[in-house]
Amino acid sequence: MGATVKMEKNTTNPLTKEQKGFLAMKGWKLKTKQQELLIRVSILLLVYVLAFITRLFSVLRYESMIHEFDPYFNYRTTLYLTQKGFYEFWNWFDYESWYPLGRIIGGTLYPGLMVTAAIIYWGLRFLRFAVHIREVCVLTAPFFASNTTLVAYFFGKELWDSGAGLVAAALIAICPGYISRSVAGSYDNEGVAIFALLLTFYLFVKAVKTGSLAWALASAFGYFYMVSAWGGYVFIINLIPLYVLVLLITGRYSMRLYVAYNCMYVLGMLLAMQIRFVGFQHVQSGEHMAAMGVFFLMQVFYFLDWVKHQLNDPKLFHAFLRITVSSAVGLGALALGVGTASGYISPWTGRFYSLLDPTYAKDHIPIIASVSEHQPTAWSSFMFDFHILLILFPAGLYFCFKRLSDATIFIMMYGLTSMYFAGVMVRLILVATPAVCLISAIAVSATIKNLTQVVRSKPKTSPSGSSKGATGAKAAAKGSFDQSLPLERNGAIALLLGAFYLLSRYAIHCTWVTSEAYSSPSIVLAARGAHGNRVIFDDYREAYFWLRQNTPPDAKVMSWWDYGYQITAMGNRTVIVDNNTWNNTHIATVGRAMSSYEDEAYEIMRSLDVDYVLVVFGGVTGYSSDDINKFLWMVRIGGGVFPVIKEPDYLVNGEYRVDKGAAPKMLNCLMYKLSYYRFGELTTEYGKPPGYDRARGVEIGNKDIKLEHLEEAFTTSNWIVRIYKVKPPNNRW
Amino acid sequence: MESVGVSSRLCFILCVFFSAYFFAGVRSSSAELQILNAERRVDLSSHIIRVSLTLKVENIGTTPASELLLAFPPKQVDHLAWIQAAAVTGKRKKKTFLPLDVKPSTGPDGPNGTKHYSVTLVNKLGSGESVTLEVLYVLTHSLEPFPVEISQAESQLVYYHDSALVLSPYPIKSQETSFRTPTSRVESFTRLEPTDRSGTELKYGPYEDRPSYSFNPILLHFENNNPFAVVEELVREIEISHWGNLQVTEHYKLAHAGARQKGGFSRVDYQSRQHFGSSASFKHLLAELPLRVHSVYYRDDIGNISSSRLLIGSKKSELLIEPRYPLFGGWKATFVIGYGVPIQDFLFESADGARYLNYSFGCPFAETVVDKLTIKVVLPEGSEDPSVVVPFDVQQSLEKKHSYLDVVGRTVVVLEKRNVVPDHNTPFQVHYKFNPIFMLAEPLMLVSAFFFVFLATTVYLHMDLAIRKS
Repeated sequence: MGATVKMEKNTTNPLTKEQKGFLAMKGWKLKTKQQELLIRVSILLLVYVLAFITRLFSVLRYESMIHEFDPYFNYRTTLYLTQKGFYEFWNWFDYESWYPLGRIIGGTLYPGLMVTAAIIYWGLRFLRFAVHIREVCVLTAPFFASNTTLVAYFFGKELWDSGAGLVAAALIAICPGYISRSVAGSYDNEGVAIFALLLTFYLFVKAVKTGSLAWALASAFGYFYMVSAWGGYVFIINLIPLYVLVLLITGRYSMRLYVAYNCMYVLGMLLAMQIRFVGFQHVQSGEHMAAMGVFFLMQVFYFLDWVKHQLNDPKLFHAFLRITVSSAVGLGALALGVGTASGYISPWTGRFYSLLDPTYAKDHIPIIASVSEHQPTAWSSFMFDFHILLILFPAGLYFCFKRLSDATIFIMMYGLTSMYFAGVMVRLILVATPAVCLISAIAVSATIKNLTQVVRSKPKTSPSGSSKGATGAKAAAKGSFDQSLPLERNGAIALLLGAFYLLSRYAIHCTWVTSEAYSSPSIVLAARGAHGNRVIFDDYREAYFWLRQNTPPDAKVMSWWDYGYQITAMGNRTVIVDNNTWNNTHIATVGRAMSSYEDEAYEIMRSLDVDYVLVVFGGVTGYSSDDINKFLWMVRIGGGVFPVIKEPDYLVNGEYRVDKGAAPKMLNCLMYKLSYYRFGELTTEYGKPPGYDRARGVEIGNKDIKLEHLEEAFTTSNWIVRIYKVKPPNNRW
Repeated sequence: MESVGVSSRLCFILCVFFSAYFFAGVRSSSAELQILNAERRVDLSSHIIRVSLTLKVENIGTTPASELLLAFPPKQVDHLAWIQAAAVTGKRKKKTFLPLDVKPSTGPDGPNGTKHYSVTLVNKLGSGESVTLEVLYVLTHSLEPFPVEISQAESQLVYYHDSALVLSPYPIKSQETSFRTPTSRVESFTRLEPTDRSGTELKYGPYEDRPSYSFNPILLHFENNNPFAVVEELVREIEISHWGNLQVTEHYKLAHAGARQKGGFSRVDYQSRQHFGSSASFKHLLAELPLRVHSVYYRDDIGNISSSRLLIGSKKSELLIEPRYPLFGGWKATFVIGYGVPIQDFLFESADGARYLNYSFGCPFAETVVDKLTIKVVLPEGSEDPSVVVPFDVQQSLEKKHSYLDVVGRTVVVLEKRNVVPDHNTPFQVHYKFNPIFMLAEPLMLVSAFFFVFLATTVYLHMDLAIRKS
């Protein structure tokens, strides 16, 4: 306990003051237990505040704004929810996206986040806090991160002891792997979902430990909240059966487990069906079948237990066991086979496959592979996101193995499986983070506890030992065991110091990563100017606001799907495709238009009623994640559906280039023309020829670009966003 | 835009027709006045047209005259934003101006819809006496771009319709009108002898002995590249907090009301031509804010706009804002400007113990027209009897607003006015009664809320709800 308090000193300074002040008050002596409670509560409170304020870097550096791509959709839907009410929201058919198909918003989203934010908003309004819904949305993720630290504390307490809980809370409060998805403004499902995930797990572990229906019921509701918030609930509904299976196999079956799992599964499933987007998947989709299988297995187990109890004859029971198990397994397999064959049970989706097999997406679903956060994780990003936790994780596993219980088995399984998924996809580091923090917390807590025990147990014997040690050789002669103890003690002190050093490095690293890497809204770009001043590129909002103000309200904008949510949210205009990539063919059509010659593209655009085309271009500023660099994915996705588009046409000897040596098709396709239109007249860098592309460091190959069916409508001040108007067809007469 | 053009042309034709008819028209005026000398100077250099009119009026009747009528064509009355008149006494260097009351006349309209404004004279004009009046009026939306659409590089040309003769219900002995254009580029103008043009000055007259209601339509076509910045709607919210701050929030809907942009916008051309400044587009606006302004922000629906500069000087504070993109004809931008000022600069206590706010009406931006201005003065919770003193006609109403920790809501005084020009930037007053004890209501609420939370926690911790002791 004391050790964890010291650890806290590294991260939260005010505590030490408070403690000193507290200890200074001699008149007010509290009982040790009360002291401990006070210290624990104040540490938790500080961690709670710390988790919130460390996520506010983005607000301080930039402003209180929504970040990135998906959060804009969430913000737009929340706005709709608060303005029009829940039923309108639930029945919302959105004409502004996926033109001309539209999108049934209510049936194709996880409403948990929006409803949460709206409830907070209404609550604050009711208490007469006249906040804007945007502020609520911006601060939702940090608020839930703070709540997650509380859950982590209770979970850690359940797994090990309250010291481990406190360490876990402190670790998870500042862990970059979690911060990356929960800074202020990152208004995404994950911000709420990690809280829900950890809460569900905690409540389930608690239910298994106590066998109480109340806890199981609570975990079912936690699961319901998770299902309403994020598609990652599939992880829960597969991990928990797996855990139950492992417990069954290791002979840890108990009535407690039976109660916990059955209650959680049945109620959780029924509740989850209330979410329209999930619907009947729990009984119809292959991804959810494991849970159902384990549910039936539990019943078989229970039945067998009962029979065993009734029979009291091992031989007979074994025969019975064999028959029952084989027939149960046979029946299950048959049901699954029939279900799959008849199409009642849908097969695993591509996303699920790509999780199990990292190479799957690359070959089969380019649209998943094209997203940067779906790439396999590099070692460096593990180090970046976990820092010392990466080393502490195996140590924590060791401690868990040393003290096996239902709870530690759970956290080990959670840690190991999520680590695997974190290796498959960058974004799933997020799911692994709570497990890593908890397991590492066990390692830290247990180590420091052992060390402090060594340090503190000595004073009883060592004062004599050390005073004699000072006199010199006499002490050495006294006894051999006396000599080894001071050494051990010094070693322990050294190790403690080392541990504190590491933990303080962790705190520094986390703060640095948060402020430098994870607090950029990616809508507003910041760069250092020539004189070290901060230069702001606000081109995205410039373009979106231009669209919003100066185009007809029913204008349709075609762009690559990345910008769809932002255009509808900030520009308030209809888009052809957006980040909800539900219709691959539609996206492929846009990809095809972008990679065709202008007149072919014009036909496609006419057929889609496109009025404006928006491209992102970084050639002037050197902004590298622009459309030219994403272009090969457009070709691939377009070519995946329309074989007319062939990737080799855009490459020269397998090389992707935009200069004079580029492929002729590349130099004349729509994307190239729109990106580089009149760019050849511009001198971007001193000493370079006009038309020098700073993002790719080459002089462009086609400087004389003429547009026939489109005209430049707007280009932002740093050329990052360029908007073209599609001209109406020429008059025939 | 098109319909305005048609109606103005129609009006123009009608005027031509009727002016001929009414040349000899006689109006039964109560007092017989005649204008000895009329001199009119029309300043066309921005999109806000300022006309100053010097009239020397003589009473040739027998009864003393207490009021004087000014006549405007119906078209101009719609665009008339501001009018003021003053009687001039003294000569040359010792001139003193005595402001006079001007209001729309209740009497019958003149021939073919001519509207009248009546000037009430302070001293009755006796028979045979004469007085010199200085009249200033401001017209908005009276420059009609032609061509209606221009491309990015072209400069903007506009039409201006007026009469070469001063329209008046009284005969005018001698008169002269001069127009000042922003540049010397004048495409065409109606020639009427005698007409004199030199540089940016265009002079009609002198004309002698014209009967009442003489009208002689003329048309000027000239270059005007000044920013046609029109705020279509401006909502200014002034929130009074007796804790020391006056928070002003201004919601703008800005538009470029000049010739519409034709074809695309080319960034290359814009960047290379930026320094010449010949285009009709504009990229920034200058607002004059109160002296001790603080916490200024400039944002729109989608976030902060980083391109603004605040200069706080010892005499005045200026805010230079750039919309997210340069404004071309027909383009729009909406944004919000907010700032706080210390309350002691604007809130005073009157002799009877009531308080009053003294703040500037109108829009802080230079040379902008506001089509519809709404001022909302949010009084503190618990204030009573609001009353407003505004030097001109406005529509008034009351609203309720709930802000932070408000229970009964704050009274909001809403003032609405159309067609506002910078001349309206004069102070107005809102009087109300307020008991300072209400200032403590909200802090007390917060304190008691925290108190109850702690109390509830204490009670909870001392309670044992277990049915069975474990």
